[in-house]
Amino acid sequence: MSAQTAGTASATPPRQGGVRSLWRLRSYMRPYGSSLVIMATTAVTGVFVSISIPLVTKAMIDGPIADKEAGPILPLGLLALALGVVEAALILIRRWVQARAVLGFETAVRDDLYRHMQDLPMAFHGHWQSGQLLSRITVDLSALRRFMGFGMLFLVINIIQLTVVTALLLKMYWPLGLVVAVSAIPIILLSRRFEQKYVVVSRQVQDQQGDVATAVEEAAVGFRSIKSFGRRPHMEEKFGRHTKTLYDTSLEKVRLSSRFWTFLEVIPNISLVIVLLLGALAVGREDISPGTLVAFIILMLQLIWPIEALGFILAMAQEAMTASDRVLDIFDTESTVQGGDRELERPRGHLMFEHVDFHFPDSDCLVLRDVNLDVAPGETIAIVGATGSGKTVLTSLVPRLYDVTAGRVTIDDVDVRELTLPSLRTVVATAFEEPTLFSMSARENITFGRPDASDSDIAAAIETAQAGFVHELPWGLDTRIGEQGMSLSGGQRQRLALARAVLARPRILVLDDTLSALDVHTEALVETALRRVLADATGIVVAHRASTVLLADKVALLQDGTITHVGDHHELLATVATYRDLLAGDADEESLAAEGRGALR
Amino acid sequence: MTTTNDWRGVAAENRDDEMPDKVSLVLKERSRRLLGDLLRPHKTILIWLMVAVLIENAARLSVPYLVKEGIDNGIPPILAGDGSKTLMTIVAILLVAVLVQAVTRQFFLMLAGRIGQGVLLSLRRRVFSHFQKLSPAFHDGYTSGRVISRQTSDVDAIYELLETGFDGLITAVLTMFGTAVLLLVLDLKLGLVALLCFPLLYLLTRWFRTESAKAYRRTRETVAVVIVHFVETMTGMRAVQAFRRERRNQDIFESVDDDYRRANERAFRLVGLFMPGIKLIGNITIGVVLIYGAHLAFNNEVTVGVLAAFLLYLRQFFDPMQEISQFYNTFQSASAALEKLSGVLEEDPSVPEPQTPIALPEAHGALHLDHVSFSYVEDRVVLPDLELEVPAGMTLALVGTTGAGKTTLAKLVARFYDPTDGRITLDGIDLREISEQDLRTAVVMVTQENFLFNGTVADNIRFGKPDATVEQVVGAAKAIGAHDFIVALPEGYETDVANRGGRLSAGQRQLVAFARAFLADPAVLILDEATSSLDVPSERLVQRALRTILTDRTAIIIAHRLSTVEIADRILVMEHGLIVEDGSPADLVSAGDGRFSDLHDAWVASLA
Repeated sequence: MSAQTAGTASATPPRQGGVRSLWRLRSYMRPYGSSLVIMATTAVTGVFVSISIPLVTKAMIDGPIADKEAGPILPLGLLALALGVVEAALILIRRWVQARAVLGFETAVRDDLYRHMQDLPMAFHGHWQSGQLLSRITVDLSALRRFMGFGMLFLVINIIQLTVVTALLLKMYWPLGLVVAVSAIPIILLSRRFEQKYVVVSRQVQDQQGDVATAVEEAAVGFRSIKSFGRRPHMEEKFGRHTKTLYDTSLEKVRLSSRFWTFLEVIPNISLVIVLLLGALAVGREDISPGTLVAFIILMLQLIWPIEALGFILAMAQEAMTASDRVLDIFDTESTVQGGDRELERPRGHLMFEHVDFHFPDSDCLVLRDVNLDVAPGETIAIVGATGSGKTVLTSLVPRLYDVTAGRVTIDDVDVRELTLPSLRTVVATAFEEPTLFSMSARENITFGRPDASDSDIAAAIETAQAGFVHELPWGLDTRIGEQGMSLSGGQRQRLALARAVLARPRILVLDDTLSALDVHTEALVETALRRVLADATGIVVAHRASTVLLADKVALLQDGTITHVGDHHELLATVATYRDLLAGDADEESLAAEGRGALR
Repeated sequence: MTTTNDWRGVAAENRDDEMPDKVSLVLKERSRRLLGDLLRPHKTILIWLMVAVLIENAARLSVPYLVKEGIDNGIPPILAGDGSKTLMTIVAILLVAVLVQAVTRQFFLMLAGRIGQGVLLSLRRRVFSHFQKLSPAFHDGYTSGRVISRQTSDVDAIYELLETGFDGLITAVLTMFGTAVLLLVLDLKLGLVALLCFPLLYLLTRWFRTESAKAYRRTRETVAVVIVHFVETMTGMRAVQAFRRERRNQDIFESVDDDYRRANERAFRLVGLFMPGIKLIGNITIGVVLIYGAHLAFNNEVTVGVLAAFLLYLRQFFDPMQEISQFYNTFQSASAALEKLSGVLEEDPSVPEPQTPIALPEAHGALHLDHVSFSYVEDRVVLPDLELEVPAGMTLALVGTTGAGKTTLAKLVARFYDPTDGRITLDGIDLREISEQDLRTAVVMVTQENFLFNGTVADNIRFGKPDATVEQVVGAAKAIGAHDFIVALPEGYETDVANRGGRLSAGQRQLVAFARAFLADPAVLILDEATSSLDVPSERLVQRALRTILTDRTAIIIAHRLSTVEIADRILVMEHGLIVEDGSPADLVSAGDGRFSDLHDAWVASLA
C-alpha cells in the first residue's frame, strides 16, 4: 500500500484555512513547549557560532599571518576549534529534542484521528474511500511533522541568518555586501514563482500516480475477470495510456526543477565571481585586508543554503497548511450518530419499527418508507424481499449503523437513539452477508465483539457456526487470517462471521443472508445449531431461500421499501403471489418437483 | 486486556515483504540483469550523462582553486601597480567555469530525469503486462495486495533511487575524491593533515550505515502494521461499530502506532548523532587546518590564497557525506524492490501460450476430458483420472460438496490451470495449442467474484465485447433481466460504478457480470456459482434467459442450489474428484437412491 495510491483528489475541496488550520493544531505541540524553546535557542545560538568561525579565520589572516606574530595563532586556532565543537553539540541537542517532540506530536494527532474516524458513522465511511483517509494519517501527518520539526524552525533561523550575515557583510565592506544582498532578490522572487508552478505540476503528478495505482489495483483484483474474457490487451492499452501521461507530466516536472536548481546554484556562483573581482580590486587598493576578503567569501558561501532552502521551506509550509486543512476536515466532521444516555438494564429484546423512513444522506430517494414491524422478545422474524428492496438497510438501522430519517426504531419501547451506543450495540449483533475478516488471529476475529470471552464460549460459538475448520489451521485459533494471513473460502468466512455474532451473545441477533455461500449440507448443520441460539434471542433473518426462512417464527415481506405482509411462511406461500414468486420455484421447477415426487411414489 | 502482539496471530514467514538483513552493494544477478535490460535502450544517453557529470564536477572543483589564484596571483600585481590584467583573466576563467558548471548541471539533470522516467515507464509496463500474463495459479498464491505493492511501492523505491540516489552519490563521490586530490596538489603537508579526518569519517559512516539500515527496516515494518490495521478498520467499519470494537481497536492502534513512533525516533536519533558527528569532524579539521595552515603561512610555506582555498574545499568536502549515507537507505530499499520485481518477472506462466497455435476461428464447443488428472500440490490429487465427453451444445451441471473438484474441473476447461496428466480438447484441439485470444473468445467463465471495473455500467457489460453497440449492450442486459434495475439507476447505463461497484448490491453486480458474459457470446460458457447472490426471481429470470442462451452452446454449470442445476441436460455428481453419478436430472431423480435424489428430496421438502 503506498501513500501515492491514496494521494488522489480529496473528496471535498480544500478549505483555504491555511495558517488558521495549522494554528488550530497547536494544542498537540503544547506538551513539548520546553522542547520548542530548546530547539529555538540551540538553533539561533548555532547560527551565531557558525558565523563567528569565519571571523576567527579573518582575525587569523589579518593578525598573526599579516603581522608576522606567532603568539595569537594557537589561541585563535583553539577558539575556532572550540566554536566548532560547540556548533556540533548544539546540533546534536536540537535534533534529539526535536525527534521526541515532533514524533510525539505526529503520533498524538494520528491516534486522535483514528479515534475520531471510528466514531464517525457509516454515512461518513460510505462516502470516503479508505485510501483518502489513509493518506491523511500518513502523507498529511508527515508533511505536518516535517514542517513542525524542520520547516518552521528553519524558516525563522534562515531569516535570522540571512539578516545577520548580510548586515555583517555590509559592515565589512558595503559595496560587496550590496552585491550579495542584491543577488538574493532574484532568488527569492523566482523561488516563489517556481514554487507555484511546481506545486501545480507536483499535484498533477500525484493525481496521475493515483490513476496508475488505481489501474494497477483494478487489474490485480479483477485479474480473473480479465483472464476469463481475454482482455489483457485492453487493460495493457489502458494502463499504457495512464503511464504515458504520467511520464509526460513527470518530464515536465524534471524540466522545471532542473532549471530551477541550476538557477539556484548559478546566482551565488556569479555573485562569487563579482565578489572576487571587486574584492581583489579592493584589496589591491588596500580598502580591505586579505583576511576580510577570505572571511567575506566564506560567509557568503554560508548564505547559499539558507537562500536556497527558503524556496522549499515555503513549499513545505504550503504543504503543511493543506495537510492541516485535510486533517481538520476529518476532525470537523461531527458524528451524526450520537449516543443517548439511557442504558437497558435487563433488555428483553422487544424490537419495533414505527413508521420508519430512510434515505441515504447523498440522495433524496427513499429506500425505506413507512416501515412498521413488531418483533416480540424471543421471536425470530425473516425478512424476505427482492434484490434491492432495502433488507440490509433495514437491519442496519437497529444497531444505528445508519439512522432513520423519519419514524423510530425502539427496543423495549426505548428509541434506539436514546440509548448509549455501547449499550445498544451490546444488545444487537449482526452477521453480515459479506463478512469482514481482519488480519489478526482467528481467535481475535471471533472474539471481535467480546475480547474477554472464555475458551469454552469460543468453542461453543465455533460449534454453532460449524466453523470447526479453524482448529485445522496450521496454528489453530492463533493462525493469522485475512489478507495478511491464511486465505479462507467464502463459506468459511461466513461461518467465522457467524461465530463472531453468536459469541457476542446479543439479545437481538441479525443474520443478513449469512448462509448464502454455504453448501447445502453445511447450511443444514448451521441451521440446526442456529435454531438453538435463536430460541432465546430475538432474531432478524434476511433470507433468500425457503430453508433459511424456516428458522423464523414469522416472515415479513419487504417490497419497494415497505413491509406489505407479515405472517407465517406457509400462509404467505399460499396467499401472497409475490411471496410465492420470491421463494418458491417457478412452474418448470414445480413440474420437476412433481416429476420427482411421481418418481418416488 | 492485552495489547501485545497476540492479536496478530501467527502467519507463515513472508520474506518477500520484508527488508533483507544485510545489503551488499552487489546486486543479485537477476536484479543486475533487469537493471541492465532497463538501461540498455539509454546507453548513448548514459555516456553523455557521464561526460556531463565529469565536466560539471571539474568545473565545480575549479572554483576554490581559481579563488586562490585570484588572491595569490591577481592581487599582488595590483598592489605592485602593474594593473589588474592577471586578475581579470582569472575572473574571466572563473566566470567561464561557473557557466560551464551551470550548463552541464542542467544538461545532467534533464538527461538523468529522462532516463529515470523512461526506465520507470518501461518497468511499469513490463511488470503490469507480466502480471497479466501469469497464470491464475500464480495469482492464487500471490495475493492481490502483493501484486499491487510490487507495482506501487517497489516501483516507487526504484524511482527514488533513480531520481535522487544516483545523482547524489555520483556528485558526492566525485567531489570527495576530487577534493582530496586537489588538497594534496595545493599543498602536500597541509593536505595530509586535512585528510587525517578520513579514517574517522569512514568509521562514522560505516557505523551509521549498518545502524540506520536496521532502524530503517524497523520503521518500514512498523508502518506497514499501522497501515494494515488502519485500512482494515476503515474498510470494516460496519463490523467495527456493530460489535463495539472501537475501544479495543484504539488500544491496538495506539500500541502499533507507538511501535512506529519508537522505530522512527530511533531512526531520527541516529541521524541526530550522525549529522553533528560529521559536523564535528569537519569543524575540527577546519580548526586544525587553520592552526597548522596559519603556522605554515607564518613561515611563508603557504600563501593566504592556499589557506582560503583549503577552507573553501573543506566546506565542500563534508557536505556530501550526508548524501552518501542517505544513499544507502535509498539503495537498500531499491535493491530489495529490484530483487522482488526481477523475481516476479522471471516467473513463467504455468499455462504458457502455444508457440505455434492451431487456429480456432469458430468454435463449436465439443469438449473432451481425456484421462485428466490434476493436483494443485504434489501428492494431493484433486482429480484422479477423469474421462468426460461433452458434445457441443450440451448443458452440463456439476453437483457435489465443497472440495469435490467441481471448480477445479471448471478451471481446467477455462485453462486457468493445465492438467497434470491427460489432456482437454475443444473441437478436438488440445487447449494448450489454442492461442490465448481464440481460447478466451471460445470459453468464458463467470464466477461468484463479480468484479466491476471503473467506468459506467455499459462499459462493464461491454467488457465482454469491446466493439458492441449500445443496442447490443441493452439487449444483453434485457436478455439477462438486468435492464430494469439498470435503467432505475441515477444515470441508467451511464451510471459510474465507482469504488468497485459501490452502491450495486451483490446480486446486481452478478447480473452485470452475466450480461457481460452473454454479450461475449462464447461457444463454451462456464458458470461457477454464478447465481449464488441472486434472489429467486432474478435467478429465475437468469435461468429463463439461460434456457435460450444455452441452446446453441456448451455450458458447464456449478451450483449449490438445485434450482440452478435443473435446466441441465446432464448432471454429474462429484465426490473427491470422482464422478459418482451421471445422467439426466429426471433419470437421477427417478433412480431414487442416489445422492442427487436425496438432495432433490430435501429441496422439494423445503418448498412444500
